[in-house]
Amino acid sequence: MNNRVVITGLGVAAPNGVGISAFTTAIKNGVSGISYHKELENLNFSCCIGGIPEVTEAMKLQYFTPLQLRNFNSSGILYGCIAGVDAWKDAGLHITTTDTPDWDSGTVFGTAVSGVDKFREAIYKLDDKKVKSLGSTAVLQTMASGISAYLSGMLGLGNLVTTNSSACSTGTEAILMGFERIQSGRAKRMLVGGCSDHGPYLWGGFDAMRVITYKHNDSPEKASRPMSATASGFVPGSGAGALLLESLSSALERGAKIYGEVLGGAVNAGGQRGDGTMTAPNSIAVQRCIKTAVENAGITADEIDLINGHLTATSKDAAEINNWSTALNRTGKNFPYIHSLKSMIGHCLGAAGAIESVAAVLGLKEGFIFPSINCEDLHPEIAGIIDPEKIPQKLIENDKLQTIAKASFGFGDVNACIIFRKYNQ
Amino acid sequence: MNKEELITSLKEIVKPYIKDENNFEHLTEETDFLKDLKINSANLVDVILDIENAFNIVIDNESMEKMLTVKAAMEIITTKLKEK
Repeated sequence: MNNRVVITGLGVAAPNGVGISAFTTAIKNGVSGISYHKELENLNFSCCIGGIPEVTEAMKLQYFTPLQLRNFNSSGILYGCIAGVDAWKDAGLHITTTDTPDWDSGTVFGTAVSGVDKFREAIYKLDDKKVKSLGSTAVLQTMASGISAYLSGMLGLGNLVTTNSSACSTGTEAILMGFERIQSGRAKRMLVGGCSDHGPYLWGGFDAMRVITYKHNDSPEKASRPMSATASGFVPGSGAGALLLESLSSALERGAKIYGEVLGGAVNAGGQRGDGTMTAPNSIAVQRCIKTAVENAGITADEIDLINGHLTATSKDAAEINNWSTALNRTGKNFPYIHSLKSMIGHCLGAAGAIESVAAVLGLKEGFIFPSINCEDLHPEIAGIIDPEKIPQKLIENDKLQTIAKASFGFGDVNACIIFRKYNQ
Repeated sequence: MNKEELITSLKEIVKPYIKDENNFEHLTEETDFLKDLKINSANLVDVILDIENAFNIVIDNESMEKMLTVKAAMEIITTKLKEK
């Protein structure tokens, strides 16, 4: 018998709000976290805007020791630790100070690229023939699993401690990996999520690929336009989202508050066959991933009330809507509500699926559908598939919200889809 | 620089890395960085980098391996300062 898996804690460091309370207020009010960054212009970027969470020095000291902050230069790990530790505490769990780790708790905390600034710093020293001066911190902040290693140390985790990486589907994939571990009884609690660095040394490659928008340097808050006819590429973001997943029995035993339930999900890949390439999704694979997620969750497609889309604000948005519509066999007025958090925070890459899932779970718990901003000029191709009213441009308070589907797709033609449901005994 | 001054400077340098406040308060020449001050062994390389910067000296790998106590550190620093 599989264990039921619920969400008992949330944490977030997003461009429009750090901490669950600030983030909730921001997403309900459609507040953009995108701003102009002079540093990008100085480096000749076409896109000089991005989403960066605001973290003060005083906040850092609430999560890190002064020693940990010495020569610390990895924004992804910073955001990941803030979100991760917050989720742990939000779940009412304490941090063990004994010599024994918590054998029943682990983490799958993903990242697409980590520690680029630290890596850059190290490479300059190396080329200057000063290898010794790297000290002890370069490896720890640039290893892919840096984030899970930091979190494990802060929380004393004794179960699976690892980092997954699957480009922009990383965050959603992490949740499913943790879910499966609890479902199969190999852990009681899994801290899951994703984090991503900010800044030119991560975003530069996307600027060069011309997949990020260069048309809104003067209007950053209008720049991220998922589903809009004038969408012109995504806006790079950064940050982290974290969820504390727990077996239902453990949550009930502890009397923990329950945000919602993970019913199931699916990950797959399109193999870069058909219309799939390194950078474009194979539509058949996307549809299959969604259908399998619905099936694994033990629900029917008609039960989905809301879709928290991948929807990045590129020319692929219409294709994504078409894939959802085909997979769920729902169109027009019969289509679920659909929105994109990227309209407010941009595309947070390896953290995207995690931050967006935090938003989804908050909406489920509190009964609201956050607005998808910047799509007042809906793409005609999308309007041809679904009723425009299904894309909320203003906040909808809806306590009947029961089931949300969340998907993320990534370079390499990889997909992840997860089904969240309001917790019902 | 006399012995007291050298110990004071060293104390200042290792301060961010120590995990045992009591032994740090009572630091003597015999104090062991790892056993007494509970400095994480990975951080020893950072301590040595900080010493190099503070005294503007270069500590070679062989000397570095010996620098496990306050006394050894003082001897190596004094030797390196003389070589300058």
